[in-house]
Amino acid sequence: MTRRTTLRRVLVGIGVLVGLWLVVPTLVVVPISFSGEDSFAFPPRSWGVDHYATFFTESSWLTSLLVSLQLAVIVTVVATLLGTLAALALDRTSFRGRGALDGLFMAPLIVPGIVVAVALYAAFLGWGLIGTPTGFVLAHTVLALPFVVVNVGAALRNVDPVLGRAAAGLGASGWATFRQVTFPIIRPGVLAGALFAFVTSFDEVVVSLFVQSPQLQTLPVRMFTSVTNEVDPTIAAASTVVLVVSTALLALVALTRRSAP
Amino acid sequence: MTDPAGATIRVEALTKTFPGARSPAVDTVDLDVAAGEFMTLLGPSGSGKTTTLNMIAGFEDVTSGRILLDDTDIARLPAHRRNLGMVFQSYALFPHMTAAQNVAFPLRQRKVGRAEIARRVAEALELVHLGEHADRLPSQLSGGQQQRVALARAVVFSPRALLLDEPLGALDKKLRESLQLEISRLHSELGITFVFVTHDQEEALALSDRVAVFRDGHIEQVGTPSELYETPASRFVATFLGDSNVFSGTVRGGLLDTGSTLLRCDGPDGPGCLVVRPERLRIGAGHDDGTNTLSATVTDVVYQGAFRRILVRFDDGTTGLVRDAGDAAPAATGERVEVSWKASAGVVVSEGGSVVGRDSVVPA
Amino acid sequence: MTVTSPPAEADALAPPDPPSRRRRRRVGRVSLLLAVPALLVLLIFFVVPALRLLWLSVTTPAPGLGNYTSLARDEVTTTVVLRTLFMAAVVTVVCVLVAYPYAYLMTIVSGRWRGALLAVVLVPFWTSLMARTFAWVVLLQDNGVVNGLLGALGLGPVRLLGTTGGVTLAMAQVMLPFVVLPVYTAMRGIDRRLVDAALSLGARPVTAFTRIYLPLSLPGVAAGATLVMVLSLGFYVTPSLVGSPQQSMLAQFISVQVNQLVDFGAAGALAVTLLVVTLMLLGGVRLLTRTRGAGTGAGLAGGLS
Repeated sequence: MTRRTTLRRVLVGIGVLVGLWLVVPTLVVVPISFSGEDSFAFPPRSWGVDHYATFFTESSWLTSLLVSLQLAVIVTVVATLLGTLAALALDRTSFRGRGALDGLFMAPLIVPGIVVAVALYAAFLGWGLIGTPTGFVLAHTVLALPFVVVNVGAALRNVDPVLGRAAAGLGASGWATFRQVTFPIIRPGVLAGALFAFVTSFDEVVVSLFVQSPQLQTLPVRMFTSVTNEVDPTIAAASTVVLVVSTALLALVALTRRSAP
Repeated sequence: MTDPAGATIRVEALTKTFPGARSPAVDTVDLDVAAGEFMTLLGPSGSGKTTTLNMIAGFEDVTSGRILLDDTDIARLPAHRRNLGMVFQSYALFPHMTAAQNVAFPLRQRKVGRAEIARRVAEALELVHLGEHADRLPSQLSGGQQQRVALARAVVFSPRALLLDEPLGALDKKLRESLQLEISRLHSELGITFVFVTHDQEEALALSDRVAVFRDGHIEQVGTPSELYETPASRFVATFLGDSNVFSGTVRGGLLDTGSTLLRCDGPDGPGCLVVRPERLRIGAGHDDGTNTLSATVTDVVYQGAFRRILVRFDDGTTGLVRDAGDAAPAATGERVEVSWKASAGVVVSEGGSVVGRDSVVPA
Repeated sequence: MTVTSPPAEADALAPPDPPSRRRRRRVGRVSLLLAVPALLVLLIFFVVPALRLLWLSVTTPAPGLGNYTSLARDEVTTTVVLRTLFMAAVVTVVCVLVAYPYAYLMTIVSGRWRGALLAVVLVPFWTSLMARTFAWVVLLQDNGVVNGLLGALGLGPVRLLGTTGGVTLAMAQVMLPFVVLPVYTAMRGIDRRLVDAALSLGARPVTAFTRIYLPLSLPGVAAGATLVMVLSLGFYVTPSLVGSPQQSMLAQFISVQVNQLVDFGAAGALAVTLLVVTLMLLGGVRLLTRTRGAGTGAGLAGGLS
């Protein structure tokens, strides 16, 4: 079976290469962010935390980080609330036009980002929403809603409908049933939807590029302009911070999932 | 209210028509359940027994009719205000709560104090012998244990009636029998009214004070298990409960004309069925005028320990079943025998029950 | 005369369960109202702007299909569209060629390794697109790591940043999960005994693969390839930063129409064209595979473009 072992070795080799290709480029920003030099040279010849100092003190960077964090939190709350309500409303219902409604809730994911961006830009210009917090929240909510609706909807489909009857039979009102029975069961789905909503908003680039103004920029927009217009290694620190935030969130969700019954 | 523990349940002209359905699922059903009684609703699935229970529980809107709980009409009350215990076939335990939390749920809804909750939960779990499993999640319990938690949860708030929807349907035979005893014990200990839905006739006969036999949305007969067994009101009831030999034909002057023979019976003139239970038949000719005797050939003998089932073919080609205690002379397959019974052992019933011209009896 | 026994399986003859037993809830007006806030947000801030853009494309500067006809005649536009299609095709081919053996490897390793391989492939889903794109800019620069490696092998230095090769390398990395996942799903569903059967019937291993295994895994490949094609057509960030303005793709071209030329008519017409092509391709995948997996994959993709 030498032929089979050879094949296996080749496959493992490919697997390792692909793994490196997927993971290493992302991690390369970490050493650069600790470089003591003012360039993207890799590997760095000296080390330091100057880029982090710049990132956390220079107002254009710090402000955009704070904007992104605040925005992501608001969008998470709004999208999770609206999306969960919508998923609850649509759970196990059937009516004429149900398919079209499902399509509408999925549409922001299917339509290419640049199309959404240009459409919102044209509309927001007329409505005076360019460069406003409201504009950002609305645009990001549109993009985040599908993730919440999908995740909460899937969680609801796993709730045995007889549990609602059981709760009512035991004296629980509709609201008490939701609070004590339905919601605890779908909580992981809601949490996953919220995580997706946060990451969607925190990472979003294309639509934000069109909704932004020089006075109100998100971190990914600031990073985009940094790559296009300047050679500033602060962006390596920014990238590392972003990676840490999303990894921490993912770990958090994984942990809560594991501890949940 | 003679019994302070159990409530009376009276169902009056209860009707349920589902949207788009041609005929009602429950059609003007009347039923009286006495305080503390164990009433079973028995019937094939789709006969309306579960829909009736769901209307009593409040899970299904009533199309028309009244549901009286101790003379109060609860038909328009939402389910969570009816104060009735309910046990489901699928247990319906809340998967994210431990056994104790599940049992505490109805008490929490009623704003019972914490210490009181702890005491009553422990008591209820003890009642079903699950005290040591209080902190387990449903997923860590067996099916039988889950159903016992569900029972504890349904009675912990001292409801005056308990509704059970095929609670043993998901369990295997052995567990089912032990839980039957458990349910029977709970009923006598608690003294509250039980309304029990099942399609299993043995279960119904074993547990109930009275049984209501459902068919096609109405009640065919209500009575004690022995009444139903000994004096069925229709061919449907006779054949749904226990084994029967059924001879159909026309009754004229105390004789049933099957087309090939005349049989003594006691019934009104007109088309009808003579029902004779297998244990009322015996092998051997009858000796007096009050008996019927038919000749037959033994086709099979099944030894079942306490008794034998002897399958015979009568001379007109139809088949019959004799159950004897095994003390008669042993019959062998192929043997020619006489089969006889006392005329008073047979019951004449209408052919199709109260629904004329329909017959859903399952042939053996 | 008949002997009857109680129906052991009463259900066999019983009429179907009443509707109440079916897991369906009637539409309550109150409960449907809960969907209204989300629907309003989507309608006002997604559907209306999209329809407005469509409207602009047929009314600005003059009513009619002028924008569409002039785009079709414009040489720059045609070049950009052809380049976009070419790039998307190249990225798709690269992804399929790399993803196929990777997915196959996932099917033959132990559970723990499979989990690791899956986690690696999902890295692009949760790491920031901007961080990764920046990383590629650093890696691909003239004195970057990739050129260093190529130099050590005696192959470099080569210009990568701003070239088709560089863009392909960076884009294919982003897109790889969208092929690996459906291909892996398809492969997992293949009964390995079919291949063994072919071998026992005298087929050489290569024949067994090409005649049995490959055709059975093809639906997954088709689904993944179409997804990558669709996503690549509308990709903006990576081509903008890793590629060069002279080699721009459709999304960048649209952006230029809006930001520099302020020509909403032309931008609208281009956007509508892109959307129509996207929907047609996705509809094709649905028809080809009839799986929900493809749909969810498309779903996850949105946030990355």
